[in-house]
Amino acid sequence: MSKPSDSETSEQENTGSRPLFGKFSRRSFLSQLGVAGLAATTAPLAHAAPAAPQAEAETAAAAVPGAAPVALKVNGQTHKLMLEPRVTLLDALREHLQLFGAKKGCDHGQCGACTVHVNGRRVNSCLSFAIMHQADEITTVEGLAQNGELHPIQAAFIEHDGYQCGYCTSGQIMSAVALLKEPIGKEDHDVREAMSGNICRCGAYNNIVAAVQHVRRSA
Amino acid sequence: MQSFEYRQARSPEGAIANAGEKTRFIAGGTTLVDLMKLDVERPASVIDINGLPLDRIEVSPDGGLKIGAMVRNSDLAWNANVRQRYAVLSEALLSGASPQLRNMATTGGNLLQRTRCYYFRDTNYKCNKREPGSGCSAIDGFHRIHAVLGGSEHCIATHPSDMAVAMMALEATVHTRGAKGERSIPLNDFYLLPGSTPDSENVLEPGELITHVTLPPLPQSTRSHYLKLRDRASYEFALASAAVVIRTSGGRIEFARVALGGVGTKPWRSREAEQELHGHEANERIFRAAAEAALKPAKPLRDNAFKVELAKRVIVRALENTTQTA
Repeated sequence: MSKPSDSETSEQENTGSRPLFGKFSRRSFLSQLGVAGLAATTAPLAHAAPAAPQAEAETAAAAVPGAAPVALKVNGQTHKLMLEPRVTLLDALREHLQLFGAKKGCDHGQCGACTVHVNGRRVNSCLSFAIMHQADEITTVEGLAQNGELHPIQAAFIEHDGYQCGYCTSGQIMSAVALLKEPIGKEDHDVREAMSGNICRCGAYNNIVAAVQHVRRSA
Repeated sequence: MQSFEYRQARSPEGAIANAGEKTRFIAGGTTLVDLMKLDVERPASVIDINGLPLDRIEVSPDGGLKIGAMVRNSDLAWNANVRQRYAVLSEALLSGASPQLRNMATTGGNLLQRTRCYYFRDTNYKCNKREPGSGCSAIDGFHRIHAVLGGSEHCIATHPSDMAVAMMALEATVHTRGAKGERSIPLNDFYLLPGSTPDSENVLEPGELITHVTLPPLPQSTRSHYLKLRDRASYEFALASAAVVIRTSGGRIEFARVALGGVGTKPWRSREAEQELHGHEANERIFRAAAEAALKPAKPLRDNAFKVELAKRVIVRALENTTQTA
């Protein structure tokens, strides 16, 4: 894969050395833990930067050779980026737009953690180049809640405890939301089949099916 | 991933005119992007064909179906015409990959899927398909998922598609456009056996674009079915699968087409099985005879020998399922 964009690392350089467990966002906390676990360690940590403000992210990658202007409409908002053609939709969302909801699991279309909606349909964002989606409406898990109200599927995942570690959860939720509009059967086994593209290593499947069926039955 | 030049095609003519030896057309990307990340595919240029007007499913004048190359697998699987008249195709599509991948993957792209052979997908290993002349790591290695039909001493990689197996049983035709004009290729003649050149998988020339696939009409009261056996209940490639198209009259088989997936180096049509079935009473004995005939040419190796019996059973069960409900 191509190297991640400079947006995060350049931000990191600007912030200089950072105390290992100083002020942190959830993301920086998790990534610091991960790195610290590998090598009892020294700051600064390469991946520990907090989410950069959008405006900075959108200009930071402009100097990458081979980059082309790419306009992406994500959660109703259009972003103008400079991206190499080989940047996947997933990497554009995470590394350039700081939308960390879609997760990088396998990066090969085998786990579903990167699931987002393109024009209302669920897809694996890791298997598509961002530059191919300039005319599309992209929705990530960050765009599901409306006016501060969780999507019914999000609320049902909380009510039914449809997760453990949470890594697959945004992909599960994006799949489940899309599934509501697909022509699938009513039974639990139909939901299991329709959710089979989202792997949960913790094995929260029973609760995920319960959450999805709760919403389908109350619709 | 190696960098590449990216272009969007506005017309099929434009796509073809700009395609060189090292060009790949990209549609859904589910195979190509995956393999580019693994450095198995290293195109110098990629032409995006998502804007081409090839995304329609139409009834053809002869009563068959014309399927645009850009029709997504999920749209084809859920199409009312396909569900009612070509159940085997809908079932095959819905048994393949995941809903997300089916929303991306296209009809043309599915036909051109590359093998799931682990050695093909890993550039640390020898592979005659990836690097001609380098050798085959699968034959001496672990080959549980590999082919028992159509292999050679150079390659035993299976073709992974479910859709193509159904289309083989439906006697589909692939329509293309290239520098030399338009071609119509029976799907049966589209795929090549590996022989000594496993890097050549089909008859497409560089820069030739699949525009659509046609299915002939099926006679009234023909039934069809796809049965897939695999290591898990869903979201997995076939170890053995059968596509069956059959018409019986008064218990006698008047018409039968049988194709196999997961066991052949290409989507495997078995005329041997069809000959056994034709004109006979539809019963378990003749189904078993057809299955035996289909697997007679099988050349199993140490780890994939189980596929021979598995494939026989999937043929018998698919035929039973299809004729019992008739």
